[in-house]
Parts: sequence; structure tokens; C-alpha cells
Amino acid sequence: MKATTWVQPTIVTVQDVPDPKILNRRDAIVKITSTAICGSDLHLLDGYVPTMQTGDVMGHEFMGEVVEVGADIGPDKLEVGDRVVVPFPIACGVCTPCVQGMTSACENSNPNAGAAEKLFGHPLCGMFGYSHLTGGFAGGQAEYARVPFADFGPLKIESDLTDEQVLFLTDILPTGYMAADFCDIEDGDVVAVWGAGPVGQFAMDSARVLGAGKVIAIDKEPYRLQMAEQAGYTTVNFDEVDVRSVLLELTGGRGPDKCIDAVGMEGSHGSPHIYYYDRIKQLARSETDRPYALRQAILSCRNGGIVSVVGVYGGMIDKFPSGSWINRGLTLRASQTPVHKYLRPLLERIERKELDPTRIITHTLPLDQAPHGYHIFKHKLENCEKVVLKP
Amino acid sequence: MALDSQARPSPSEIAVVGRALGVVSAALGVPLVARPADVADAIGVGRKPRARLAAQIVGGRELAAAAALLVRPSAPFVWARVAGDAMDLTLLGRALAGHGRRHRNRTVAATAAAAAITAVDVVAALRASRSGSATELTASTTIRKPPQEVYERWRAFSNLPEFMAHLERVDVLDERRSHWVASAPFGSAEWDATITEDVPGERIAWRSDQGATVPNEGVVRFVDAPGGRGTEVHVQMRYSLPAGGAGKLVARYFGEEPHQQLDDDLRRFKQVVEIGEVVRSDGAPGGKRARKEFPQRPAQPLSTDEYTEVTW
Repeated sequence: MKATTWVQPTIVTVQDVPDPKILNRRDAIVKITSTAICGSDLHLLDGYVPTMQTGDVMGHEFMGEVVEVGADIGPDKLEVGDRVVVPFPIACGVCTPCVQGMTSACENSNPNAGAAEKLFGHPLCGMFGYSHLTGGFAGGQAEYARVPFADFGPLKIESDLTDEQVLFLTDILPTGYMAADFCDIEDGDVVAVWGAGPVGQFAMDSARVLGAGKVIAIDKEPYRLQMAEQAGYTTVNFDEVDVRSVLLELTGGRGPDKCIDAVGMEGSHGSPHIYYYDRIKQLARSETDRPYALRQAILSCRNGGIVSVVGVYGGMIDKFPSGSWINRGLTLRASQTPVHKYLRPLLERIERKELDPTRIITHTLPLDQAPHGYHIFKHKLENCEKVVLKP
Repeated sequence: MALDSQARPSPSEIAVVGRALGVVSAALGVPLVARPADVADAIGVGRKPRARLAAQIVGGRELAAAAALLVRPSAPFVWARVAGDAMDLTLLGRALAGHGRRHRNRTVAATAAAAAITAVDVVAALRASRSGSATELTASTTIRKPPQEVYERWRAFSNLPEFMAHLERVDVLDERRSHWVASAPFGSAEWDATITEDVPGERIAWRSDQGATVPNEGVVRFVDAPGGRGTEVHVQMRYSLPAGGAGKLVARYFGEEPHQQLDDDLRRFKQVVEIGEVVRSDGAPGGKRARKEFPQRPAQPLSTDEYTEVTW
């Protein structure tokens, strides 16, 4: 089959690889009908996530049709022919975190848990196409994928919703929703979102449906800000204005009640000297992440507010504003998304047309053109917001 | 725990013996440095400048040994004392060989004393180093099943090789005895083991029988975890590699990190009990055979040949 594989930092290719096979009794093989490139794939592309190997199949946002099931999967759970959306965290469904709904902390799904434990103190769950720290599972930017624990993870789509309407349930829609969910939004809350990429857009939509009074989008790409503006949000271009003063102005001096970081480790900064300070430290491997958005979100948030982090950070950061955080009583919340628990509620919101995930799709390309998709998404060319690939 | 406590000195024993030897070193070193000529005369080698210089060098060495042992009493420094003893005996032997009759009895007495000290040092050094050849490991995990069930899964020894990377086979001989076959960096090791304690739902302790190439013993405890969290499994074990400390270094060179392996074994035990099998990925398709963690094979589907190799 054809698959998008990682070659070396900044290079991916589409090549022929063997077809996936059942390895565990609760596996299923899915023939992929739609898959997407995620912002976090760009961190893998650029080599910021350790333990990538040449030949690793990329991709953790995919859906398709079940073509084979393992011996332990009963027909009441999943059958050949079922149309499924596959959550990016691989979760067993029976360990304590899974039973409690924290599937992204599954204790059984990562065969390389020992290695992840050394970096993070405790292991991570397994994930599709997301380095060997999360298990070394082949991803879904391919024609087929092996899906472990297929009787627990995948969501069957039995209505006539299009792929484009449900594909983002795999990751970015639940991730954006979780960001807003962490904010415990109250009536009249002002929610500021750093990053108007796909996750940021969905965080804004989710803040809206959860009752925010005003939603503010912060970015520097005019086309991304325009997309947010069209959806009804206030926009701030950090390349043109001082973010903190504008936020104070927009909130009567209080600061946003809730701040969401949907940027992560490869952020940009309006001031070149600050950008290059962190960029050089990152290149020298003396920090792994450039946390501009996180720093600014903490400093901007009102006293006693909530800072919700869904941008991906990978290791260590410098100049963390701990004084602002503790003295002003901020709550900092973050997680890899336990996608499973958001699947059904979000599917219902899509069915009720409260959320329209298709609004962010700017490019639909054949799988063969995945490297081009990575290129335009990374460099923000052709007004690229979200690339969907069709195998 | 039931681990054999005589085979190995406790860290505090090394500290006490090491410090005592440090005091002995200081008691010898001070007069040798302060009044070298008098000491040389007292042991019957005369007051000549050469004897004086030798006494001062030996004294300086004793003071250094004293400082090392008092600050950090440990096996290497006790061995350094043994090396010093060898030097002393050599010097005294030369003195005896070239000796006139005068004061010869003093030198003989000094040599006898040095030999006695050497014997004490050698015994102390050997005891202190025995800790270097045994590896002691602890690891724990929590499994979402009741203690009795988790105990039963472990107690069925013949199933252990499913998740323990090094075990190839376990044959249960009778209620208490079993035969174990494990792979080692060089070839394989086999031994018989006896259960020394067996409390259903609570603990299993074992010890290898006489003559095992890799003598080992340990205890596994099954503890009810608080708030219905299942069962805490606590493993404590100890084994001695045939070549002692050198064997450990060699094993590490071949990528065998014992603590990591026991952790991984327990993680796979949890998988087997909770989900029924060891989880496999494309990067680590061999389950427990994914011994060396990195580099792995790429995270892409297996070829038919690789598939045949890794699966049942």
C-alpha cells in the first residue's frame, strides 16, 4: 500500500510499504477513506519530537471502513464493513485511567512505556504515527491502518454525515473542545485564544457553544484571522499591535477571564530579539520548546482566571512566568486529549449543526501529494488552514 | 523480607569496619610521619636516611588511606589498604633479607604484625566487595484485578515466560519445586528453585537451589490497593551473576539494564492480566522479544517474512 513516511527532519515522502496485519486479538484493519495533516505532525516533521525513525508512517487523524477484525472482536462491537472514526490515542478501555475516561493516559497501550517514562516521569499512552515514544505505531496517512483495541476506540458512523463532517472527531475537534471545556466558561466570560490554526478555530467554536460572551483570536496570519472573523470572533494581530494592551482594552482593563494556548512549542513572537533568544536555545538543545504563547497567555489572564493549554509542548521550557501564575491565583490546565469521552457528545453537536467542522478545510489533496500538503501547511502558503488527504 | 542476609554485609557494616580501619591507618600514619627515625629504629631497620624516607612515605600513605576511609568507608578504599599492606610486607621482607643480627627480632615482630593486619584487611575487603556481585532489584505495578486473581496468575509459573523477557521456560516439578530456563548474555542458564513461602492472595517467596549458575531469590507481594484500585504487585529479588561485578558490566555492555527489564516485565504482566496478551506495535512487534528498545524497526507494517517471524 501507499503511505506517507518520515525520512529525516523536514522531509516526508509517499512510498510503498507492506499492508498492515493483525498483531493482537483486539486489532482491526481499516481501509482509509479520509485522513488529515495535524499541526502536531509539523513538530514531528521538523524533528522536535525525539525517537522518530526513517520509514515511520505518519498520521493520527483518519477514518475509513473496517476490512478485517481480530479474533477477540465480537460482531456486537465491530464488523467488517463498519464505517469508523479512529481516535488518535490508543486505549485499552480496561485500565484505571481508561475506566475513568482519561484514555490518553492508558497504561497498557504503549509497548515503549519504559522509554517515555524516562523523559516524562510516567509513561504516555500509545498513539498512531507519533514517534516511538508513543509506541511506534504506524499512522494513518496511508491506504490502510492497523487499529489496536478496535472494540473500544473507534466510533461507528451510522448516519449519512460526510467524511469531512466527522473526520476531525479523531483529534482536533475534541482537542479544541477540551480547551474550552477546561475553561469552566461562565456567563459573559471573555475567552482569548492564541493560535488561529485548526485547533484554535475549534477552541473558539467550542467556547461559543459553551456560552462565552466574547471570543478573541490572536495570530499573525491575516487569512487565519480572517477565517476567525468570518466565524464572528474578535481578532488581534500580534505582529501589528501589543497584545496585552489590546486585550486590556477589549476587557475594560480586567484581562481575559480564560486564556487558551493553541500554539505549542514552535510558536512565533512579534519581537525578533525574543524570537531568536528562544530559537537559538532550541537549536542548542538547551530548551525544546518556544513558549511565547504560553508566557503571554499567563501574563494576560485576569487574576484568578484559567489558562488552558492544548498546544503541544515536548520537553523543557525557559522563562516560565511562575510568579505571575502563583501570585495571581491562575489555574493552569493541560492534557493530551482523551478523545474517546468527547466522541458522542461532539457527534451529537455536529448532527444538531451547532458545530461545523468543515469550515476550516482549505485543501483536499490525493495522498500522493502529502509532501506538498505538509509544505503549504508548514509555511502557511496558499492560505492553507487544513489539509485533508484522500488515499 | 526473606532474602538471605548473611551472604552480604549491610551498608552499615561496611561503614563501621571501614571507619575502624581508617582509625588504624591514622594511628600508624601519625608517628610514621611525625617521628620516622624513631619508628624505623623501633622496628629494627636503623636510623639511616633511607629507612627514614621509607617510613615517611609509608606514613603519608597511611594518612591518605585514613582520610579516605573516614570520609567514605567503601570497598575500593579497603582494597587500597590491602595494596598498601603488600608494599609494607615487601619492604619488611627486603629488610629481613639484608639484615644483620642486631635487632633482627624487632623486624620479625613488625613483619608478623604487618601480616596480621594484612589478613584483617583482606577479609574486610572481600566482605565489603561481596555486595558488588549481587544485584538487588525492586519494582511494582498496580493491576485492576483482585489480589487473589493476580496471585493465581503469577503462581502459575509456567505462564511467566509469556511476559518475562529473559525466561524461556518454567517446568513445575511439584507443589514447591520448579525448574527454570532463562537466556543470559552468553547462552542460557538453568536452575531449580524452591518456594520458601506461599500465602495465597498475599505473597510468594522463592530461592534457587544449591548449584544454580545464577543464584537468585526473591519475594512477590500482592497488596490490596486503596479505594478499589486493584492490586499492588511488589517484586523484590536478588541474583548473583557468575562473574560478579565484571559480569554486570558485560551484561550492561550488551544492553541489559536489569531494573528497566524488571519494570518492563511487570508492565507486560499487567497487560497480560488486564487485557489478556502483550501489546504489539509495528516498531516493537515482538512483544516481550522487543528486548532492545532503541533503535526499533520503523513504525510501518511488517513484511510477510517479519510477520511470520514475530507471530505465534
